[in-house]
Amino acid sequence: MYKYDAIDQKIINERVAQYRDQTRRFLAGELTEDEFRPLRLQNGLYIQRHAPMLRIAVPYGMLSSRQLRKLGDIAKKYDKGYGHFSTRQNLQLNWPKLEDTPDILAELATVEMHAIQTSGNCIRNITTDQFAGIAPDEIIDPRTMAEILRQWSTFHPEFALLPRKFKIAVSGTKQDRAIVQAHDIGLEFYVDAQGKMAIKVWVGGGLGRTPILGSVIREHLEWQHALTYCEAIIRVYNLHGRRDNMYKARIKILVKALGIDEFRKQVETEWAHLKDAPNTITETELARVGKHFAAMPYETLPSHDASYDAAIASNAAFAKWVKRCVHPHKQAGYRAVTLSLKPHGKAPGDATSEQMWAVADMADAYSFGELRVSHEQNLILADVKLSDLFPLWEKARTAGLATPNIGLLTDIICCPGGDFCSLANAKSIPIAEAIQTRFDNLDYLYDIGDIELNISGCMNACGHHHVGHIGILGVDKDGSEWYQVTIGGKQGNDASIGTVIGPSFSAEEMPVVVQKLIEVYIQQRTPEERFIDTVRRLGIAPFKANVYAKEEVSA
Amino acid sequence: MSNLIKLDQGIASVVADEWTLVQLPVSQIEERKQAGKVVLFKLTGEETVTDEQIANTAIPADGKVILPLRVFVARRAEFASRIAQGEIGVWLATHELLEDLAQHQINLNQLPIIGIFVERFADGRIFSLGTLLRTRYGFKNELRAFGDVLRDQLFFLKRSGFNSFAIRADRSAEDAIASLNDFSVPYQGAVDEPRPVFKRYNRGA
Repeated sequence: MYKYDAIDQKIINERVAQYRDQTRRFLAGELTEDEFRPLRLQNGLYIQRHAPMLRIAVPYGMLSSRQLRKLGDIAKKYDKGYGHFSTRQNLQLNWPKLEDTPDILAELATVEMHAIQTSGNCIRNITTDQFAGIAPDEIIDPRTMAEILRQWSTFHPEFALLPRKFKIAVSGTKQDRAIVQAHDIGLEFYVDAQGKMAIKVWVGGGLGRTPILGSVIREHLEWQHALTYCEAIIRVYNLHGRRDNMYKARIKILVKALGIDEFRKQVETEWAHLKDAPNTITETELARVGKHFAAMPYETLPSHDASYDAAIASNAAFAKWVKRCVHPHKQAGYRAVTLSLKPHGKAPGDATSEQMWAVADMADAYSFGELRVSHEQNLILADVKLSDLFPLWEKARTAGLATPNIGLLTDIICCPGGDFCSLANAKSIPIAEAIQTRFDNLDYLYDIGDIELNISGCMNACGHHHVGHIGILGVDKDGSEWYQVTIGGKQGNDASIGTVIGPSFSAEEMPVVVQKLIEVYIQQRTPEERFIDTVRRLGIAPFKANVYAKEEVSA
Repeated sequence: MSNLIKLDQGIASVVADEWTLVQLPVSQIEERKQAGKVVLFKLTGEETVTDEQIANTAIPADGKVILPLRVFVARRAEFASRIAQGEIGVWLATHELLEDLAQHQINLNQLPIIGIFVERFADGRIFSLGTLLRTRYGFKNELRAFGDVLRDQLFFLKRSGFNSFAIRADRSAEDAIASLNDFSVPYQGAVDEPRPVFKRYNRGA
């Protein structure tokens, strides 16, 4: 993964000094609350329901064991001994003290970490596929360009105060796992007819209050121009995006208002001036950054391992875990492993300090000292030898990280919700826990099969509910908490936005509602169909009918 | 006491202000500059300043003055000779269009100063406007930010081509100067240093 040089370190250290002084001025009364807000937000600090929340950047989800150990230490020293991994592959601390945040940032800087631009109206953390670099269907490892984009976007002076937050995702695989179509800018890397790296550029996607899938603004962009083309897009947005109404301020609203053709015309006009400007990426820079993402020093291994095969044959629990939590790898004899942060009845995405330390040890022992955070809020060890999978599983199980539910109904994607977040209309974690408890039967979960369930506590959609096969959205009705249900959303190349099935439900009804939706699927499915396929084939009507059948649920 | 910071050859200092800023008289008509957006103005041709306001703007008879864009455009004939003498500057609000200025003032460098008024700290349009004035329109003279200008914008303003900063009256310009140098090695190219870090340093192969 990328390692800082003296320049990167200097920038991070100067940021700590700047933020320390901003916090000092605020505490001394030299900055008002309103004036301090945009400054603290650009360092990831929210003022929340119970305490500040600090969002720490995990650039494109990559972490070293050393960094994760430090995160565990920080959670122990400055928080309540746990952290929450978010859908933007970041880590959130829910209970730090405002006065401590400069010290936390200083500690992070010692392990090449920061909280820069993890919130606020600026370019946010760039996200990508958690299997980048090792996925068998990968065409281009997007991490090199993600790092080049990270550096370019860090304190970009022209885009320091945009109309609204701005999210970029990069992907280089056949099957999109980075939801590029649901981002302000999505960069899809591919190899063009000349055999060169090129980019298909998506713009204007986003979830939130107005879910919209992005449009293609350019089918083919040479990689050298990635930065200048993004500058052209963001300049048009910065100048013309709405600033009067925060709910209409995202770039997707501007793209819709102008139409993609007019928007494209304005961007291309701007880009005609920016093309080949100094921010054009050089071969040298691509090679320099690319070196940090070179393949790991893999051993040459056969594609089978006798001890591994024997363990699967003799240990049903291990076999189950392998089925759900072990993923293919492009290197023979290696696999990627998902450590589930979704044990039944616990807050999805939460990890204790002890778990972070344990994962750091596992990464050192089995996966070259590196790991990734997925946008599904789990942790990934990307490079594990077949012969190490069994001992790894035993350690993961001891640490409570081996729930074999990845991709199943209880692998719920969930925002912190009303328990923590001051934006939320409703709680989300207790809903997730209630659903996990109701479906706490692995055989039944396996029978239901692949399904994605996403929960957001408000229309800001941090839980990505619009693209969940089942999406649950917390809404406020006359001061009480209700839940609106959508079905048919999907991430990936054939992404879609879910459809609302009808009037919303109370918290107590939610596990039953999910149960009713699943029942229809079980009754109606063809042998090869996943839940999403059945919804797409039948539409929402039969699901709606079963959920709202009178005697069962009264809303 | 002046609250104006100027950058000269990379050296920042608090200096006296030789310019008088001319404001439009307050309008009775509700302004739509926040509610609408420039794109809408472009499409509808809607004006944000009334003819009455333009006519009623009092312009000091002598000395150096910075005029609102609409007054500058509408009443040019009145002060053509003063433009030639370098006594006239122009200021724009962040929702106004640089095209409007460039269309009526072909040689921008005849203006000793252009000001951009930023009403709220969070309005980052000012950074694109500065960048465009320097890189697209080739403006070389004093470029001033005024309005809700506080020290934590200064680094970004400097990088966007501004060399003159009128700090909000209730804050100290002397204190603010330090923030012009919050960061010593920027990553990306911008107006003040067009080359990105990877073209300035050999960061290894």
